[in-house]
Amino acid sequence: MARVLVYGYGNPGRLDDGLGPALIDALAAHGCPGDVTLETGYQLQVEDAALVAPFDLVVFADAHASCAPPFELRRLEPLHAADFTTHSLAPEAVLALARDLYGSRAAGFVLGIRGDRFDDYGEGLSPVARRHLDAAADFLRQALRDGTGELRCPSPGR
Amino acid sequence: MEATSGRRVVIEPVTRVEGHGKVTILLDAEGHVERARFHVVEFRGFERFIQGRPYWEVPVAVQRLCGICPVSHHLAAAKAMDRIVGGEKLTPTAEKMRRLMHYGQTFQSHALHFFHLASPDLLFGFGSDVNARHVLGVAAKHPDLARQGILMRRYGQEIIRVTAGKKVHGTGAIPGGVNKNLKVAERDPLLAELQQMREWAQATVKLAREYTLAHVDSLGGFGSFPSNHVSLVREDGALDLYDGGLRAIDAQGRTIFDHVDPQRYLEFIAEEVKPWSYMKFPFIRSLGPEHGWYRVGPLARINACTFIDTPLAEAERKMFVEVAGGRPSTLTMAYHWARMIELLHAIEKIDALLHDPDLQGTDLVVRGERRGEAVAIVEAPRGTLFHHYKVDENDQVTMANLIVSTTSNNEPMNRAVTSVAKQFLDGQEITEGLLNHVEVAIRAYDPCLSCATHALGQMPLDVELRDAAGRLVARRVKDSRG
Repeated sequence: MARVLVYGYGNPGRLDDGLGPALIDALAAHGCPGDVTLETGYQLQVEDAALVAPFDLVVFADAHASCAPPFELRRLEPLHAADFTTHSLAPEAVLALARDLYGSRAAGFVLGIRGDRFDDYGEGLSPVARRHLDAAADFLRQALRDGTGELRCPSPGR
Repeated sequence: MEATSGRRVVIEPVTRVEGHGKVTILLDAEGHVERARFHVVEFRGFERFIQGRPYWEVPVAVQRLCGICPVSHHLAAAKAMDRIVGGEKLTPTAEKMRRLMHYGQTFQSHALHFFHLASPDLLFGFGSDVNARHVLGVAAKHPDLARQGILMRRYGQEIIRVTAGKKVHGTGAIPGGVNKNLKVAERDPLLAELQQMREWAQATVKLAREYTLAHVDSLGGFGSFPSNHVSLVREDGALDLYDGGLRAIDAQGRTIFDHVDPQRYLEFIAEEVKPWSYMKFPFIRSLGPEHGWYRVGPLARINACTFIDTPLAEAERKMFVEVAGGRPSTLTMAYHWARMIELLHAIEKIDALLHDPDLQGTDLVVRGERRGEAVAIVEAPRGTLFHHYKVDENDQVTMANLIVSTTSNNEPMNRAVTSVAKQFLDGQEITEGLLNHVEVAIRAYDPCLSCATHALGQMPLDVELRDAAGRLVARRVKDSRG
């Protein structure tokens, strides 16, 4: 059985930016099939390369500011690029570090969940984001059900 | 604002400057660089977010501000709430647990900055190919160094976890003390790695020192300028990251004020509002807004302190002072060396604390006479952090004022970017070279932009060139794919 990590990240104190951690809460509350490890964080950091390295499949779940609702699943390739100075890494960069430093062969996906409100302080998701979260959680539970670690990007108009 | 399923907060006009990491370069009528502005995050929205909360929630709630330095906000808020409950004279166990948490935070934050952000500039040169000049380039060419950075960062994170209870959004510090001590089973794994961490810290400070010494002439012309410096110092003038009085020195090292009780900070520090920014601009009140701006952070701390009370870091500080000619260093790029001196100091302090049996004590909380107002200051990794609160008789926060280090460093960063733009702007085109050098100058200050949201699809650096009439002449954006 494939070892799967679902890593939800974001800031729950900035409204819909908390969609990633909220997905982990939703999966934990209702159970997740297969050999799945759930993890949350504020941002992706360099040490996350060591965290993701042992897994066969890693799903990075984050809020998305502009994708088509309710969510977008995108296959990742390790990428040698880094942000300006935000002290965080892109998921592609985490995979690249895991590969270069720890010999990881993890397959990576990013699950971007469309949010609506990001420009304020406040706890809790907007009603729109909550609907998108439910759709993303249902999709992921279903997709991981067979335990093979194979994920397919849903077709448009899901 | 749309209602949310949780707390509803209305903040007008906007809570942050759009485009985090946005730089505007303004030209004069002749087309030369007049000044540059680096736009950073606005915090007053958060201050309103805190109002109305019970005071005991604040040390946890303020950590929502930032994913990079939540421990600094946690400790600053807890220190303020100590005074609210009359418990500012902590038990030895409580103070040492908090200090251990703080040194762990400093260690991991400084390691992250050096290996993730600074080392590519220093190892490859900041005129080198931007496509390889990042942490992944370091991983490809210096994998041992990259793994070392990750392990140092993880060590500091583990200290935070065992002192704060969690890696992120810990609850360890509470008004009047802490809610846990350090179990022997938590301490021993940290002791086992201590020697390795100290050796790596020594090697890292050596790398930063040798870089500075090898480039000291050219760095003098790179975004450098004389300034005032502000930091906390201990009663005897020693570097103290957790507590003490405020000291300010001028560009010649002369004292402007010293050992100022944090409760009186408003008598010495004022905040100016400028029409083009929602952000506040702090300045030394006696010097006025034009001359009273100041630097904070590692460079300011090493410049301002009289000595460091740990031997390895003190030996490095003496070399630092010697290179600067006995005066405060003006080099923006010397932030890196100063930061690594503090990294070494942090691991020396962690060493002493892990061997201190007070950390296994059980007297965790004190209380005293209740107060309605309190100020607390800590030296966060990026610089001096002020938290000021008023709490009413119903235990609710009625006022919060925060001055974060990136705000204090705003004017110095503007000056650094202006200096770099004057040196590297060629005509009216934003070249790759200009973009790179602007990045390097800003990075030296380690500004915290992560207080913002980071959702996919947002951009981290946006440089605009505007003419004397304010018209957009050129724009260049660098996103996470370079």
